[in-house]
Amino acid sequence: MKEPAAALGQATSATAAAVLPVAYTRTAIALHWVVALLITAGFTLGLTMNALPISPQRVRLFAYHKWIGITVLGLVLIRSLWRLTHAVPPDEPMPRWQAAVAHLTHWLLYALMIIQPLSGWLYSSADGYPVVYLTLWQLPDLVAKNKDLAEVLEQVHVTFAWVLFGVVMLHIAGALKHHFIDRDATLKRMLGRPGRP
Amino acid sequence: MSHHAHFPVAGAALAALVLLGAGDPSIDPSKSTLIATFRQEKVPVDAPFKRFSGHIQYDSAQPSAARAMIQVQTGSFDMGSADYNAEVADKSWLDSKSYPTASFVSTAIKSEGTGKLEATGTLTLKGRMQTLTVPVSVGMLGTAMTFDGAFVISRKVFGIGTPDWNDVLDDAVRVRFHLVE
Repeated sequence: MKEPAAALGQATSATAAAVLPVAYTRTAIALHWVVALLITAGFTLGLTMNALPISPQRVRLFAYHKWIGITVLGLVLIRSLWRLTHAVPPDEPMPRWQAAVAHLTHWLLYALMIIQPLSGWLYSSADGYPVVYLTLWQLPDLVAKNKDLAEVLEQVHVTFAWVLFGVVMLHIAGALKHHFIDRDATLKRMLGRPGRP
Repeated sequence: MSHHAHFPVAGAALAALVLLGAGDPSIDPSKSTLIATFRQEKVPVDAPFKRFSGHIQYDSAQPSAARAMIQVQTGSFDMGSADYNAEVADKSWLDSKSYPTASFVSTAIKSEGTGKLEATGTLTLKGRMQTLTVPVSVGMLGTAMTFDGAFVISRKVFGIGTPDWNDVLDDAVRVRFHLVE
C-alpha cells in the first residue's frame, strides 16, 4: 500500500511528523458518511414535511426529522471528541488560500451541525412540542412554551438550514474539485482509499 | 373511570341540565384553565379550551351536597395556529358545528378527606355521554375557592379522529382543570 506523497513529504520535515497519520481512522470515515446521510435525510424531510397538509404522515415526518436532528447532535458531539483526540491526515498539496477555505468550511460544518439541531430543539420546545426521541425518551424542554419566541426560532432554524445547505455544497464542490481537477487524494481518503489516482 | 357511552343526547335535555346550575356560584373563566394533553408519536402536546363556563356549589361542611356543572365551547380548543384549530373543529374531530358545547354535570360528589373530593358525573362530548369519576382537590386562592383535577378520556369512545390517526395519535387524552370561583 503506497502512502500519500504529501504525508511522506511531511514525515521527513515536520516536527509533528510522528503523530500525523496518513489516513483518516475508520471511525472518522464512518461518522462522516453516516452524518452526511442523516443531514441529507433531515434536510429533505424538513422541506417535504412542511408542504404536507395536516395528516398522520405529516406528524410522522416531523417526528423522524426531529429524531434525525437529535441523532446528528449526538454523533457530532462524539465526532468532535474523536476529532480532538485523533489527528487528521495533512492536507494534500494546495494553495494556502484553498487550504484556509477548506478548514474554515470544516469548522463551519462542525458549528452548524451543533447549532442546527439545537435551534430545532429550541424551536420545538418554544412551540410547545417536546422532543420525544424515538418515541421512547422525552428530552427536556430547552425553553418554556412561547409563541413569539417560537416564530423567531422557526426563522432561525430555517435560515441555518439554508446556511448549512450552502456550506455543505461548498464542501462537496471542494471535494469534487480536488478529485476531478486536482486529481489528488482528498476525496479518496474519506472513502477509505489511500493513494493518488 | 367507567365507560358508559354512545348515548345520543338531545339538545333539549342538555339545556335543562344547564339550567340546574344557574343559581350556584360561577367559575371565573379569566382565572380558570382547562387543558387537554394529547400525544402524537408519544409527544405530549398541551392545548387549552379558551371558552368555558360553569357553576360549582360546594360547602366543606356538607361536601355530599356539592354539585358542579361545566360547559365548554368545543370550537375554542386552541392548538396555537389557525389551520390546526380549523382542523380540530372539523367533523372528524370535535365537530364543533354540530356539537358546539361539551359539558360535565355532576351526579354525586363525596368527600375523600380534607380538601379532597371525588366527583362523579356525566361528560357529554360530541353527542356521546360517559360517566366519569374525577378526583378533585379543593383549595383557596385569596377568597376564591379553587378546584383542581384531571381525568383521561378515550378518543374512540367519543368518536374523535379517524382511525388512520391511531398509529400516530394516542387514544387517551388527558384533561386537566383548574377552576376558580
